[in-house]
Amino acid sequence: MSQAHQAQAASHGSVKSYLAGFVLSVILTAIPFWMVMSGALPRADAAIGIVVFAIVQILVHLKFFLHLDFTKEGRINTLSFIFTALIIVMLVGLSIWIISSADALMMR
Amino acid sequence: MTSSVSHANAAPAAHEHEHHDSGSQTVLGFWLYLMTDCILFATAFASYAVLYRNIATGPAGHEIFELPYVAVETAALLLSSLTYGLAMICGHQGKRQAVLGWLAVTFAFGAVFIGMEVNEFHKLIAEGHGPNVSAFLSAFFGLVGLHGLHVTAGLVWMAVMMLEVARRGLGERTLVRLSCLSLFWHFLDIVWICVFTIVYLKGVL
Repeated sequence: MSQAHQAQAASHGSVKSYLAGFVLSVILTAIPFWMVMSGALPRADAAIGIVVFAIVQILVHLKFFLHLDFTKEGRINTLSFIFTALIIVMLVGLSIWIISSADALMMR
Repeated sequence: MTSSVSHANAAPAAHEHEHHDSGSQTVLGFWLYLMTDCILFATAFASYAVLYRNIATGPAGHEIFELPYVAVETAALLLSSLTYGLAMICGHQGKRQAVLGWLAVTFAFGAVFIGMEVNEFHKLIAEGHGPNVSAFLSAFFGLVGLHGLHVTAGLVWMAVMMLEVARRGLGERTLVRLSCLSLFWHFLDIVWICVFTIVYLKGVL
């Protein structure tokens, strides 16, 4: 019984883990908004900064809210997500590459 | 992954096989659907990335986006993710009234988000910055609208789940459905992170 309950706590998260995820998300959202709204950083640095914070926040959400992990039960979900992420990187990255090359060749 | 709980009270021997039960397969199937939904959003993001410079005679992003407004929208959605998580925890503990309460709070935050988004769209169109003005605005309304439609669908689903919990209590099937909606709701929050970063923050920079 107690083992089963521990397994539950792990796969469904606890109040503590949801709160941790929430606090981290608030911080990881506030910083990029501040970076852009205050104009404290050079434009190129801020552009890289907001993307880095977005990626970290996505990882926080995946761990604390969607409970992705590499346990026996959760592995297939995580692997299917990683596969999808690969497809998305190719889909978005190659689309931008191809279209911007075509644009550069034709419009200039 | 998530739905195995209700089996936890079963015989200890059953515990090892609990992730094979139909409930967790349903949740896995829903997760795989969400992965295809991810790809749908990825195509919308790719279109936006390709088109956003083409503003024709219309305004550019930094002329129409109001970051404080977007920050409030983001806060509403983030809070709704937290309250949905609390609803799930209460669900697994069998606390029916608490689940209904947290779902109502989640619904309210979701409704605030959608209300603000509809208001933003209405304002843009009223000012003559509708989706027909430029490729940038078409891509913007398409991408943000697609996310908004998903959130709206999530709200309808949540209302249905509140009725189900109120009438039937927290049975195994109800918990499986709540788990699927949980994945959907948190997934939409992840998509919103990409939206506010790529569209709003990058647009204003």
